[in-house]
Amino acid sequence: MSNVVTITGVKKLYKMGSEIVAALNGVDLKIDSGEFVALMGPSGSGKSTLMNILGCLDRPTEGSYKLLDKEVSRLSDDELAGIRNKTIGFCYQNFNLLSKLTSLENVELPAIYAGFNKTERRKMAMAALEKVSLADRAEHLPSELSGGQRQRVAIARAIAMKPAIILADEPTGNLDTKSTVEILQIFRDLHAGGSTIILVTHEPDVAQSADRQILVKDGKITKDIITASTDERIDII
Amino acid sequence: MLFTELLKMAGLSLVANKLRTILTMLGIIIGVSAVIALVSVGMGVRKNVTDSISRLGSNLLMVMSGSSNRGGVRGGAGSVQTLTYDDAKAIKSKIKDVAYVSPTAQGSYQVVYGHENWSTTVTGVIPEYAAIQSLTMQSGIFFSEHDVDVRSRVAVIGTTVATNLFGSVNPVGKKIRVGNAPYTVIGLIASKGQSSVGQDQDDVVLIPLTTAQERLMGITYVRSINVQVADADKMDEVQANIEKLLRQRHRIRAGADDDFNVRNLTSLMETMNETTTMITLLLGSIAGISLIVGGIGIMNIMMVSVTERTREIGIRKAIGATYNSIMMQFLIESTMISILGGIIGIFLGIGLAQAISKFGNFTTVISGESIIASFGFSLFVGVFFGMLPARKAAKLDPIDALRYE
Repeated sequence: MSNVVTITGVKKLYKMGSEIVAALNGVDLKIDSGEFVALMGPSGSGKSTLMNILGCLDRPTEGSYKLLDKEVSRLSDDELAGIRNKTIGFCYQNFNLLSKLTSLENVELPAIYAGFNKTERRKMAMAALEKVSLADRAEHLPSELSGGQRQRVAIARAIAMKPAIILADEPTGNLDTKSTVEILQIFRDLHAGGSTIILVTHEPDVAQSADRQILVKDGKITKDIITASTDERIDII
Repeated sequence: MLFTELLKMAGLSLVANKLRTILTMLGIIIGVSAVIALVSVGMGVRKNVTDSISRLGSNLLMVMSGSSNRGGVRGGAGSVQTLTYDDAKAIKSKIKDVAYVSPTAQGSYQVVYGHENWSTTVTGVIPEYAAIQSLTMQSGIFFSEHDVDVRSRVAVIGTTVATNLFGSVNPVGKKIRVGNAPYTVIGLIASKGQSSVGQDQDDVVLIPLTTAQERLMGITYVRSINVQVADADKMDEVQANIEKLLRQRHRIRAGADDDFNVRNLTSLMETMNETTTMITLLLGSIAGISLIVGGIGIMNIMMVSVTERTREIGIRKAIGATYNSIMMQFLIESTMISILGGIIGIFLGIGLAQAISKFGNFTTVISGESIIASFGFSLFVGVFFGMLPARKAAKLDPIDALRYE
């Protein structure tokens, strides 16, 4: 299997007044194609920063980030936007759907920015909605959907462009237990279909769905274990 | 492709916030309609002035008797009476590009018909006068060259005179008395109304010039000679030639003052045009200021809108919107506001101008230029003042924007 993500010696430094704070202090990480990874860590650990860099929303201060063998750590804002558009799919805790657009229109958005025409877009969006079993809610507004359904629309939007990685930031954080199980099952199914998934969470139970768990603490990766075949789990305290 | 989608997005967002869109548009609507209405008022003033000057006759030079200067004591205009009918004939025959020459002699007389009498101005003219003044006959005919040659006692009268002497009876063929002699009325001039200075242009009696000079007034000079030039571009040349010719004919030594004056109505028209154009520009630019204020209104609302929609912008950026596509989305919104406002403003402006002319008793002229200029300016205002908020939106950092509550 080939590497989708290769991060070497990544640092992210912030200036806080006169002090320089390292949110990430030398991170090395490799993720293979088709892996299901849980990224864990307490708040302030640098987990969010690492996720932003992985998602090409931010650039590292130092170090290299190769996405699909392409160095992306020094690209311009617009080039990064293009990469987010085609190779990364985002899901957020609060869904981040546009409230005035229907499910279908929300799922179509990435394809609009990629320049696909209407028929192509419709096809891609409907296919994605079918994958999360929400084709019958295509014309509904987010306000007419339950939390679990909204997150499924968000997942459909993330997978509509068939991205190389799916980045989910606490996707179950706002959901009840039943919906959480549903959503995690969708991720399992996507994983079974070959998608590379990075799940950011601080709940060990949720992380348990993944095959590999990574713990970030004080700007470094402190644990990186394969849990697919073991019962081992990471507790973050 | 993307552009049509951005158009749709911008349109949707304007429709979603109808009230806000309309309020924002109001500034542009008022601005554009004010420009169109005020410029139409200015153009109306200009048209009035131009019309009343050209009613005096277009391309007209007026040769008047000059002032006397005897031993340093200067008389007023017309105090020397050196212009003659022969001068007029000489101008007509010797100077190029002259269309018509019309010498006049004038006096005030009591005109009598039966038991009615009326004091009016009696003017001695030649038939070319009718052409220069663009007179049309309501009934009868204007007198001919022959009448001038033989000093006929015939008269052509204006409607005011006709009404006062004849009431509703047709005056043609009747005899009136001017001075102590009878004149046959052979024509009635169609009404011309008031002149630009409020003079009744229908209160006239016209008789052949020679009859006026020799049989009525007993003079040899003429009061003025009106010269119509064939081509507007030749006005100055003809004026210079007339001055040269008259100095020769009047034997005025080099260095001495002219004993006549040549007045050029075109230069008067130009001055008036300049003045009224200035007034129009002034009115237009005052209204233009309100367009700028309207533009600032757009900028304010768009700024608020960008802040309000920070999260939406963050989402769009996260899923791949570039700087340009966000910029375009917001720029299209502000431009749509100004285009729509501009179109509504054009209709409102035209309506206002028509209302002013209808109820305000004021001539208004709606000009295509003012419509195009104000619409173009409002478009520019929309793009220009939309730029800052659009840049602000496009420059947002997606991480911060997504975190924005």
